[in-house]
Amino acid sequence: MADFTAEVYQNEFLPDGGTDVHAIVTVACTGAGAAGQAGEGDAGEIVIVDTSGSMGEVNIRAAQQAAVAAIDQIIDGTWFAVIAGSHEARMAFPAGRGELSMVQMDNASRTAAKSAVSMFRADGGTAMGTWLTLAARVFSTVPSLAQKHAILLTDGENQHETPEKLTEAIDNAKGRFQCDCRGVGSDWKVAEVRRIAQALMGTVDIIPSGAEMAETFETLMRQSMSRGVAAATLRVWAPQGAQVLFVRQVSPTVEDLTSRRQDVNALTGAFPTGSWGDESRDYHVAIRLAAKGIGQEQLAARVQLAVGDNVVAQGLVKAMWSSDDTLTTQINPEVAHYTGQTELADAIQEGLAAKAIGDDATATAKLGRAVQLAAATGNDEATAKLAKVVDIDDPNAGTVRLRRSVDKLDEMALDTSSTKTTRVKK
Amino acid sequence: MTQCPTCHVAVGSSEQFCEACGGELRPTVAAAEALSSEASSQAIPAPDDLGATAATCQTCGGEVISDGYCGTCGARAPTLRDHFTEQPAAWVAAVCDRGIRHPRNEDAVALAADDEPGSRAVIVVCDGVSNSIDSDVASLAAARVARDVLGSSRSRGMGTASSLVAAVIARIEAATDAASEAVLDVTQPTRSGATTGNPASCTFVAAVVERDLLVVGSVGDSRAYWLPDAGTAVALTVDDSFAQEQIASGVPRAEAETGPQSHGITRWLGVDAPNHSPTTATMTLAEPGWILVCSDGLWNYCSEAQDLATLVQKTSGSSPAAAEPLTLAGALVDWANAQGGQDNISVALARIHPLAPRSTREEA
Repeated sequence: MADFTAEVYQNEFLPDGGTDVHAIVTVACTGAGAAGQAGEGDAGEIVIVDTSGSMGEVNIRAAQQAAVAAIDQIIDGTWFAVIAGSHEARMAFPAGRGELSMVQMDNASRTAAKSAVSMFRADGGTAMGTWLTLAARVFSTVPSLAQKHAILLTDGENQHETPEKLTEAIDNAKGRFQCDCRGVGSDWKVAEVRRIAQALMGTVDIIPSGAEMAETFETLMRQSMSRGVAAATLRVWAPQGAQVLFVRQVSPTVEDLTSRRQDVNALTGAFPTGSWGDESRDYHVAIRLAAKGIGQEQLAARVQLAVGDNVVAQGLVKAMWSSDDTLTTQINPEVAHYTGQTELADAIQEGLAAKAIGDDATATAKLGRAVQLAAATGNDEATAKLAKVVDIDDPNAGTVRLRRSVDKLDEMALDTSSTKTTRVKK
Repeated sequence: MTQCPTCHVAVGSSEQFCEACGGELRPTVAAAEALSSEASSQAIPAPDDLGATAATCQTCGGEVISDGYCGTCGARAPTLRDHFTEQPAAWVAAVCDRGIRHPRNEDAVALAADDEPGSRAVIVVCDGVSNSIDSDVASLAAARVARDVLGSSRSRGMGTASSLVAAVIARIEAATDAASEAVLDVTQPTRSGATTGNPASCTFVAAVVERDLLVVGSVGDSRAYWLPDAGTAVALTVDDSFAQEQIASGVPRAEAETGPQSHGITRWLGVDAPNHSPTTATMTLAEPGWILVCSDGLWNYCSEAQDLATLVQKTSGSSPAAAEPLTLAGALVDWANAQGGQDNISVALARIHPLAPRSTREEA
């Protein structure tokens, strides 16, 4: 049985008239066990591989190896399927029975699936929306599934359907399965694939070359198999009359959860967090209260993790009004750190977007700010990736120059990693 | 067993309103007890009950959640121990409050009184030492057992004025012994913290009114004052504190009481106490005024007797209702909180209109 804990980091002291309370809540899970083993329902996995013509012979072969590596990580008893994606979605495994289905992993199905994967041919265009729609339908054929996860691989832009069609497919798939997305090479669009990953509570990253594909798939599938808690929600209670300014996941990546709120009751919102393994995640919660008098104390938020209807961990965010400046002017280090990391993610994404449309002035300013924030918050990975896109004159002042020639892969790697955060150094 | 504070009928501890009189029962822990020789220690809530909160939020009427905060407005629900009042008779009342800065209320008060104004009253205040363990439990146990001892004894000596004084002093000494025992009980090996270096301890001050006779006894730095409506106010107790030692050696009071060691006390009740015999003082009540017994949560903000008298006159003078003992005690607690509420605050008051000494004929 998984154990959850919640810890709150905040400065609860507010000055006279102060209204806004910020807190970082660290939720940690231990003893999660393996996917589908907790007795709450089965686990399902779908591997979705881009088989469009642009993949070519080399990448198709790499994709086949990657699919095999993923299949090898799937625990026996897990329901699974493989989808081949081009301008339309095709069932690669199990196939040929007329009706959509999934099968449970065992030696025979593993061999059969690998054989089906070996038949992949590079042909056709790219319409990722159709892949997602088929995956959602395939998952729905197994009612016992409590945990549904897919890996999606693409190598190109979504050329064979309109953005509206993709949006429709994403909306339809939302909440029906989680999806980690990977792009191979430099011909795919980070923003497009990020949109899918964010909506489906997964990650997005770049695989620079086909040779690294198998290792990536193996890692992703192993991680998914180690998530023994099928689904959990973050619940945020705020007092009557208070306003929840935002709820963000800030570690391991920045994801704004605010708009995902589902009402539990008038005062409590639930924010889906997907499945959990042995890991910890940090959330930044901001609440606006009506100011109270000096010396008054109240609860600003109860931040809870719920598995089903059971609250398994709770952190209390407090507010205490004080006239003592030495207390009220302190900014909690965790809150300051993640506020900076969130701004860093925005600065990188906005800077790269400006660069893409030739707005060099905005790009220089935003990426300069990003360099400054990465240095200030000790995010060395971001600093290293930024240094490949801009020449850094002064990291502390944020003075940078756009590089004349930038490897497209480096720029995409900076973009995909923009939401990855570092933890506060203790 | 808890009682309705209004009609004294026994009530269940979870009831909110009295079945008999319909009066509000919160806090039942403060239910006054009759002055009887069988005042029982059962009224002391078990240590586990001290953290109990009211089920209903005092701010918005919402439901209080098990985490101690309101489920609707988020207000911190005070525990019964955080804030309670006592009023055994119309002329004697006390308010005991957590204050603002301290996480729990380690002060305690316990009162007893006869109905006839000015006739007979017992006031006990104990201030738990905040760096020791279970001091909130110890102080309440000490105050209540001392009150019970003082309330149950009516020994009057030989019936002469001087023998009455001696008898009351003997009662206060007995009450201090009982209070000390109660503190030691809290430090039993079965209790948490008994093996640490911080056994429970508290101060002690008792005031006993027998018509025109007032006797006080104290250990530590909780105080009793006489604040006449006219004339000079006096502090009746002398602190057992480093500050007091400095004052005795010539340091001005204001300076001594704000120095670094000012809150260090030199005598207390507890297993590690040097001795606990109370320092006593006696006076004759010959004019109208207030007996004020308080912890340092109040006098930290107003130490001089005359300043306290002025504060009490100002606070009670706004309306006849403001001069009611319970209202006035609450207003003084509010005032101390408004000054910062740095410590727990206990304020106990008895309104005195002098009664003639009991005549020999009455005695017979």
